[in-house]
Amino acid sequence: MNAETTRKTVLEARGVVKRFGDTLALDGVDLSVAEGDVVAILGPSGSGKSTLVRCLHQLESIDGGAMYLDGELLGFEEHRGGLRPRSERQVEQQRRQMGMVFQQFNLFPHWSVLRNITEAPTKVHGVPAAKARARALELLEKVGLSDKADAHPRQLSGGQQQRVAIARAVAPNPRVLLFDEPTSALDPELVDEVLAVMKSLARAGMTMVVVTHEMDFAREVADRCVFMAEGRVVEEGPSAEFFASPRTDRLRSFLTRYSEGRQAVS
Amino acid sequence: MSTPALATHDVASARPRFRPWRLVGGAAIAIVMLQVVIFLVTNERLEWGVVASYLFNPNVLTGLWMTIFLTIVGMVIGSVLGTLIAAGQLSDFGPVRWICQLYVGVFRGIPPLVQLIFWFNLAYLVPRISIGVPFGPELYSWSSNDLISPLTAAIIGLSLHEAAYMAEIVRSGILAVDTGQKDAARAMGFSRLQTFMKVVLPQSMRVIIPPTGSQFIGLLKGTSLVSVIAMGDLLHSVQVIYNRTYQVVPLLLVAVIWYLVVVTLLTMGQRRIERYFGRGYDRAATAMPKTGQVRTMLTGAVALPEPAGETDATGRARRKGKGA
Repeated sequence: MNAETTRKTVLEARGVVKRFGDTLALDGVDLSVAEGDVVAILGPSGSGKSTLVRCLHQLESIDGGAMYLDGELLGFEEHRGGLRPRSERQVEQQRRQMGMVFQQFNLFPHWSVLRNITEAPTKVHGVPAAKARARALELLEKVGLSDKADAHPRQLSGGQQQRVAIARAVAPNPRVLLFDEPTSALDPELVDEVLAVMKSLARAGMTMVVVTHEMDFAREVADRCVFMAEGRVVEEGPSAEFFASPRTDRLRSFLTRYSEGRQAVS
Repeated sequence: MSTPALATHDVASARPRFRPWRLVGGAAIAIVMLQVVIFLVTNERLEWGVVASYLFNPNVLTGLWMTIFLTIVGMVIGSVLGTLIAAGQLSDFGPVRWICQLYVGVFRGIPPLVQLIFWFNLAYLVPRISIGVPFGPELYSWSSNDLISPLTAAIIGLSLHEAAYMAEIVRSGILAVDTGQKDAARAMGFSRLQTFMKVVLPQSMRVIIPPTGSQFIGLLKGTSLVSVIAMGDLLHSVQVIYNRTYQVVPLLLVAVIWYLVVVTLLTMGQRRIERYFGRGYDRAATAMPKTGQVRTMLTGAVALPEPAGETDATGRARRKGKGA
């Protein structure tokens, strides 16, 4: 507990509210991510997990509460004693400090794998082309795809595409990496290669927020787990406690259902 | 369960089926084509000699260049303006969206011939055109009659009409791009403009190019409308000649030949551009379908031309489907 309080908080959400029309997608969500931590967000579909990470990355605007990156208010600024939305340019500046990996990979199909990775560093972060290229090749080697630099995304399998997408998100050295169900669109036999890359990132000290259905990954890799349902955080805590002794019935039944499902499959 | 008899079969040695209806159909087409050729060759009123003598007439060629010039200018202005209007129609700022929708509604709704005559007669409605502060002093002012020549009227009329159509084509192309692409671009910190220019527009090109090719061809033919405002395009140039010589049919044939030549060249260019923007969408390397495949008469297949606009993949599938 002491170690946790002394470590710096990188990303924080306080009472975040998000509405889609009449439905309340996020109903006062609190989240705190310490530097170097891996936080797994679990929960049934429709619980607001994906909406939360999309809001954190400002792909969706929020309707209440506040979010901070390194203590800086995300998306809004103080103005004449109140708050007003930040300019586009400032929002882009804030986004550039975070990376995101999507469920559907969302690689750019008209560019080679290499250009997918180098484009943001060179055109957004001002990294010289040669340096960006060297880093991209180094990252491709880390994700085990050195030979695919000149391939086009559609020539790759889902697992390979997602590994490229991770390299693309890591390339600009983000403060936090957000994952939105990174393995949900993959065939079962391709899930492990993606999880392996994520594990090595976690070991390297990357701060990560991972929305996932992979219970084993959450148990083994995540430092903390958050369980969401109906737009609220129902329970959270260090992974070991979270799985070993869930405090709420809600989480207990969720975990039971998952372990039963797994046994039924295996 | 193994049946030795089955093992002797090998479809690799199968011969094509005999298809009698294909022989009938092929023969019918051959007869019709033959009659068309006989008509074209033997009908003396077509006056092919006159056609040949005027085909490279300097006045005709000047008209041809004017037609090509108007088509290109109209297409360039129309495409740029159309892209801006398409982006405006998808804006999240109401007034911009409304004005762009209004533009498309109005300029797509008025026949281009009416627009041409209207712009040509602008001086009647607005005698002077001036630049200045709205409701304030004038800085510069021109007489509309000096400004609006047949050429400017033609360019304005054709471009504005084209822009309305291009706006709809570009808009459909933008909407065809997966929203995840925009998310990913924004997530990487690209600005709105970068997202549009680098990610959305290049991918929408695949959808935009085929109808734009048709628009290009439509505009090429549409330029013939400018002959009504005495603009010297291809049609006008042959009209001037046949009004003098009364050789209406052969001179119209001269125009027809040139229109077909230019349209054919445009179509070939379109195919190339389609292949360029289709890159990254085919798992296999993109290649053009082989044309003129030899088929024996035994199969009963007459070498019909492949339907236009078909992709490589389906082209290949079709040939397989024919069981040749």
